[in-house]
Amino acid sequence: MLSKLKDNLILVGDIFLFFKEFVRCAVTGPFYWSRLMDQIVHLGMGSLSITIVIGTVTGLVMTLQFGFGLEKFGGTLYVPAIVSISLLRELAPIFTSLLIAGRIGSGMSAEIGAMNVTQQVDAIRALGTSPIRVLVVPRVVATMISLPLLATLSGFMGIMGGLVIANVEFNMPPGFYVNKVLNTIKLADVFGSMFKCSFFAIVISILACYRGFQTKDGTWGVGNAATWVVVRSSIIILISDFFLSKILLLMFG
Amino acid sequence: MEQILTIKKLAKYFDTKMVHEDVNFSLIKGETLGLLGHSGTGKSVLLRSIIGLESIDRGEILYRNQRIDNLTEEELFSIRTKVSYAFQSGALFDSISVFENIAYPLFEHTKMSEQEVDAKVMQILKIVNMEHARELMPSDLSGGMQKRVGLARSMALNPEILLYDEPTAGLDPINVEMVLEVMRRFKEQGFSGIFVTHDIPAAKKICDRIIILDKGKVRFQGSVADFDNSNDEFVKTFQIFD
Repeated sequence: MLSKLKDNLILVGDIFLFFKEFVRCAVTGPFYWSRLMDQIVHLGMGSLSITIVIGTVTGLVMTLQFGFGLEKFGGTLYVPAIVSISLLRELAPIFTSLLIAGRIGSGMSAEIGAMNVTQQVDAIRALGTSPIRVLVVPRVVATMISLPLLATLSGFMGIMGGLVIANVEFNMPPGFYVNKVLNTIKLADVFGSMFKCSFFAIVISILACYRGFQTKDGTWGVGNAATWVVVRSSIIILISDFFLSKILLLMFG
Repeated sequence: MEQILTIKKLAKYFDTKMVHEDVNFSLIKGETLGLLGHSGTGKSVLLRSIIGLESIDRGEILYRNQRIDNLTEEELFSIRTKVSYAFQSGALFDSISVFENIAYPLFEHTKMSEQEVDAKVMQILKIVNMEHARELMPSDLSGGMQKRVGLARSMALNPEILLYDEPTAGLDPINVEMVLEVMRRFKEQGFSGIFVTHDIPAAKKICDRIIILDKGKVRFQGSVADFDNSNDEFVKTFQIFD
């Protein structure tokens, strides 16, 4: 038990040292812009369609459920406010981050892990370059840029989905719905959501890259690394979301 | 005779397992040194230690009389442009083409224009007889071809020392001859090399001197003629594979 605790503390320390090295490399040159662009296209654009589907469907389902639930009490007019605020503040960042942890985090750790077991990471070092600069910085920065934008898009699509259901199922005029949404959400909600997503992006990509570099034991190790990243980052996202939400509520209400 | 690389009292352990205990030798400018030993004697570990891919526990590694074993990772970058390592597997970047693999160190460490890089890559590909593979992906290449491209990539920056980690292992005789020819051409340009191998005839064709590692130490060190004429029982176990 005590040795397991010690191992976990060492792991946390290692990850922090890895993060520190990432920060050092990210703020000092050289910076690989073309690799960053490639990663943004790969991570961000590649996740666009699934993000749109998840956001839209979440908005549809939420509006449907809240609409029927509140209709009994004559509270249908509150649906736009409830849907938009819960989507922007919580559901869109969380669902998108969990999606990215599964889709991108696992892929990232498997890719770097496979490079590690085939000595490609050693080759980067042997050719006089830094694997952190070449592999980690572009991936982490690309995730930090892509995830908040994807989550915002997901939230927007959810609100649009809600508009359709509110109109079709509850005969709510689109103008009324949009007006209610705009009166409810504040810029702080959007920035708060983006801030949370940036934090989740760091968690996902740093864990993925760290685990990739630690990968050994061939193909089994690569698969194991991918699973490890999805499980760990999902748990950290869900737990830290509570604390981040609390902080954001204290700051912006 | 100028000593370009010196290993002094080198010791390396993996946890409590001793790999090297007291390894001492020098590499003279322009020579190719054969590094022999049974499997598990730490030949590849020694090469990796020289360029800092493995840390050492004791001793010194000097490149041109400058100690390099205590340098940081970033300080080692400039050393790695002069002391290059050819991986046993080739270790090619599998998501980019042969051309991009060889161009990688050139774009990273030189100010060459794209046209100059293009010309340099073609020149190196010609040396390893792989001009036709320029646009192929590493997965399209055979094992022997991957090794030759790996060798080409490690030569791209014209390093002073090339560390060959079993470049002929697992190759058919034709490919072995091709790799040896590449090494010979490199040597003719006055560059130095350390050749880790189990292929004794190949080592004798290319190397000026031979070193045999055993139990963490240098068991034999001498010219190819000394190796052939040695009466040491241990050295004889290598002679029978000749």
